[in-house]
Amino acid sequence: MSVIVAENISKKYIIDHQRKNGSSGLRDIVSDTVDKWFRKQEKNGFAEKEEFWALQDVNFSIDKGDRIGIVGHNGAGKSTLLKIMSRITEPTTGQIKIDGRIASLLEVGTGFHPELTGRENIFLNGAILGMSKAEIRESFDAIVDFAGVEKFLDTPVKRYSSGMYVRLGFAIAAHLNPEILIVDEVLAVGDTEFQKKCLGKMRDVSESGRTLLFVSHNLTAIQALCNKSFYFEKGRLIDQGDTTHIVTNYLSKVSHKSLEKHWDNIDSAPGNDQVRVKSFKLFPEYQDDLNHIDVRTPINFQFEFWNMVEGASLNLSMHLYTFTGECIFNVGTQAESFSKGLVSGTCEIPGNFLNDGSYVVSMMIVKDTSTVLYNMEEALVFDIEDYRENVTWYGKWPGYIRPQLNFSIRQSEHVVND
Amino acid sequence: MATQHSITIKAGGSEKDYWKDLWLNKQLLWILSKRDLSVRYKQTLLGVAWSVLRPLMTMTVMVFVYSYVAKIKADPGIPYPLMVLGGLTIWTFFANTFTQISNSILINHNLVSKVYFPRLLMPLSSVAVGFVDFLITFGIYLLVTAFFQTPISWQIIFLPCFILLTFITSMGFGLFFAVLNVRFRDIGQLIPFMVQVGMYVCPVAYPSSLVKGTWYEKYYNLNPLVGIIDGFRWCLLGSKSYFNPQSLYSTVITSSIILVISLIYFRKKENTFVDHI
Repeated sequence: MSVIVAENISKKYIIDHQRKNGSSGLRDIVSDTVDKWFRKQEKNGFAEKEEFWALQDVNFSIDKGDRIGIVGHNGAGKSTLLKIMSRITEPTTGQIKIDGRIASLLEVGTGFHPELTGRENIFLNGAILGMSKAEIRESFDAIVDFAGVEKFLDTPVKRYSSGMYVRLGFAIAAHLNPEILIVDEVLAVGDTEFQKKCLGKMRDVSESGRTLLFVSHNLTAIQALCNKSFYFEKGRLIDQGDTTHIVTNYLSKVSHKSLEKHWDNIDSAPGNDQVRVKSFKLFPEYQDDLNHIDVRTPINFQFEFWNMVEGASLNLSMHLYTFTGECIFNVGTQAESFSKGLVSGTCEIPGNFLNDGSYVVSMMIVKDTSTVLYNMEEALVFDIEDYRENVTWYGKWPGYIRPQLNFSIRQSEHVVND
Repeated sequence: MATQHSITIKAGGSEKDYWKDLWLNKQLLWILSKRDLSVRYKQTLLGVAWSVLRPLMTMTVMVFVYSYVAKIKADPGIPYPLMVLGGLTIWTFFANTFTQISNSILINHNLVSKVYFPRLLMPLSSVAVGFVDFLITFGIYLLVTAFFQTPISWQIIFLPCFILLTFITSMGFGLFFAVLNVRFRDIGQLIPFMVQVGMYVCPVAYPSSLVKGTWYEKYYNLNPLVGIIDGFRWCLLGSKSYFNPQSLYSTVITSSIILVISLIYFRKKENTFVDHI
């Protein structure tokens, strides 16, 4: 029996290339109009509005008890779909029929008010997520217990540590009792312990026969939880079916290497009015005349961008992810003050450090060590091949990294046999 | 969050269930109101005293400026301070609720982008703070009445009608600006300015009997607040306070029309708030 049937769902956004910041004001409209009157000759296609289809012609049906994983790149339309299903925004065309009580968890601790106490926020957040007062009262002790915040119930949540805050938020959500649960990437926050708790709770949900929709970049979690998966690309649902099949398909499609990206034209380069990216390149120091990267290969990264603000204090922050989305490390440079013009940064990952596998790099330009000016997500993708010497074992080497450490064995005592 | 068991999501929203949905979420309305109320006085030094001090101070200044300096007179038989405080009480109620409704969507933007509930709950719940402030100011008014030994007139039984009218009017204007505020942030700057100008345009510091017989009287009465403020004073101070029934008709008609238009506008736009926030 289908509990969710989606027919021809599309969602259109209008992107305004002229506006640099998201919010538009009356001033913009007035000045745009004035601009158009006085500078007609300068009009070019770039300043025009452009339609962007975040979702196009999506059709699917979900049966009761199905646990659906949704995979796809950033910007593939996964979150837009969840937003439409949660009724936060409406589709431009098409319709979705949903049978059953539905709850969506797009964020942990939605609507928490920093000035209110833990107790007050439990009732507030519970009500926002759709629980009745009686239901909240019933699960109140369980929530407090799960979150481990007994002592701080009457403290404003602004004094909570971020861990406590997230735990309380998740504890409330975990006690929702919907027939259909929609979860978006909430596992991205919190420590490992918390993520384990989340996954455990979600497994309970899926095992109790309820319907689950789960978006995540963590393919391991999707494989553990979901029996079916949807694969989105550029707003279209391009494949659906058994999770193992979809995940393999997804990995093979995305595993094209991209070792270099560059833009020659400052106007069309990615970025904003403060910084624009010129290039991001990867130079492997190939070993033994090979032309592929293996575990011994040192890798140099070179990143160049245009700084357009005089005296901006900037630093770079680079994330390295595994293909399944786990972050292996994040490194940052010192912040320095730069004048207008090209700024470049380099980073070296030594050889004999990463394990074999596929890796994704993203680069952030950060201002005043706190504001992310531009985040170039999934900027470079590369594969590291396996290489072993003097080993007769060829199983998959475990772990994300494969460092060479000072690890040795020696004979510490001789037993003398007579 | 929807609690019905079967819904259809499509462009244009699911019209027929909206009001039922709103009713089902009445608990959330109550909780959101309670949140606004408890947040309001946390971390303020004087707490609730602000609600008492503000109208008292405004009244004192107005009595000094308009009565002693500008020599404006109240209607015969009515103490000027009472007239001002009466006007201020209902005007402040309108001004506060109007401002809060206009900002309600933006203030709750974190909810708008993460969870569904009928968006009308946000403007509705934002009225609570203004209403509690109104009750406090009204209490002060009663105390001041006792001080001037002015009897309360029997017309006070009509008071709830005027409170309801104020609510309708502030909803009508507020919903419209709440929607605009999401799209154009400039509206946020405009609202305090409108409230400030409004106080001079409306008969708060002067009786509207001053307008009686002038060529602009009929235009003046188009302002729905004129009927409300005069009516409110008439309820408290009796027939000695000038009240032109014509201004009441215009209030009822204008406010209802504005409310209906604003509601339609709000309903049309509410499902796409998140795309602009």
